Amino acid sequence: MNSSEIPVLQADKVSKSFSGQRILNGVSVGLKRGEIKVLIGPSGGGKSTLLQCINCLVLPDEGSISLAGVEVDLHNKKSLYQLRQQVGMIFQDFNLFDHLNALDNITIALRKVKKISRTAAEKRARLELEQVGLGDKTDLYPAQLSGGQKQRVAIARALAMDPQVLLLDEPTSALDPELIGEVIAVIRNLAGKGMTMLMATHQISLISTLADEILFMEAGVIVERGAPSLLLVPGCGSKSAGFCDRLSELADGECKC
Amino acid sequence: MQVLTLSPFYHDLLDALNRGLLMSVALIVPSACGGVLIGILAGTVRAFGRPWMRSIVAAYAALFRGTPLVVQLFVLYYGLPNLGLYLSPYSAAVIGFMLCSGAYQSEYVRGALLSIKKGQYLGAQALGFSAWQTLQSIIVPQAIRRAIHGCGNEIIYLIKYSSLAYIVTCMELTGEGKTIATEYFRFTEVFAVIALYYLTLVSLAMLALKKIEKILFIPGFGRN
Repeated sequence: MNSSEIPVLQADKVSKSFSGQRILNGVSVGLKRGEIKVLIGPSGGGKSTLLQCINCLVLPDEGSISLAGVEVDLHNKKSLYQLRQQVGMIFQDFNLFDHLNALDNITIALRKVKKISRTAAEKRARLELEQVGLGDKTDLYPAQLSGGQKQRVAIARALAMDPQVLLLDEPTSALDPELIGEVIAVIRNLAGKGMTMLMATHQISLISTLADEILFMEAGVIVERGAPSLLLVPGCGSKSAGFCDRLSELADGECKC
Repeated sequence: MQVLTLSPFYHDLLDALNRGLLMSVALIVPSACGGVLIGILAGTVRAFGRPWMRSIVAAYAALFRGTPLVVQLFVLYYGLPNLGLYLSPYSAAVIGFMLCSGAYQSEYVRGALLSIKKGQYLGAQALGFSAWQTLQSIIVPQAIRRAIHGCGNEIIYLIKYSSLAYIVTCMELTGEGKTIATEYFRFTEVFAVIALYYLTLVSLAMLALKKIEKILFIPGFGRN
């Protein structure tokens, strides 16, 4: 097989239950280099759990995760740490370290996990903060940043680790409407640079313009998958089109208020 | 030049209280350090330990928080010799203070550790931190900032309850003062001066704690 055809990341038949309730039921997703896939679907459908299973923040009950064709040993802690270093994760609630300023939020993982010197880590962190337009906010603590700025620091923090894939779990959902744009701009910029991404989002503009493939998840299963050009055609009757229509109506409704 | 001379009473009093002050400091410093150390260990076990470990440490905290310190000191000094274990008055007092203080400190540490949001763990794990690195670099620095007020308060209590050491014949500030008060039968003056000594000790401790809080201050931390 040609190496370019090997998925950078492959989740195979992943299942997960919490308290006897099946949240994921044999879900498979593969991402080739530079590919962007978007997870959509109703809340509670398993999107967040799938993302957390992919970088093993939650261990799958069944199934496997492979990185560049090599299956990750889910019972070996070191393998899990290595997987997480290579698969960046952006959370809805940012999860910045509250006791560290923007710069140190980025340098700490470089220094502690990647064992890079403080000087080199700071240089890299400044570069990443510049990239997300926060070069002048290095000394500010999370409590001094707006939601959009926090999310951009979180993205810069993940990127500084040189991940092969970025997982984004509703990156704009916790933001005020006027702050969403700045995060979307950063994500678009990443897409333009060829970053491989798997993203759960309710943001229509990201779904329709960035996705190479839409994955519609419902009750722990991917029930529909395909390119936006096929699934989002008005009146095509797909679940994805119906879902996006409802999102648009909600967004319009909010604007009218 | 007129030299200020003290009456024999005040001469004896200050002599005794200064001697007692040295003993009090010698009791307070190791007890406070030991108490904080025990508190950190016990608090961490109570927050993250296995259930059987948590039960043991919870029982220790319940015992030392649930019984009067005087009783604990009596057991250590007068009770243990029945088991063939003899402690000097100083050792009995320091061990008693450490164990009692550690039990209270463990509550502050446990509360601080449990108050750290789950997202802080997730954020660290997602970057490839090991459990130990997460604890060391993310959780502990935040927990220290949340626990510092409670732990500092406990140290201030300790300064004052160190006065119980004289009950097991360890002659610290209160014990030395009481001897002079009995000798001269001037209780009000003696205990007023003793109170000033403690007030000074507590004020110094509060200043030091304020300084530490200032060093550890982070804008907006712990307000959300």
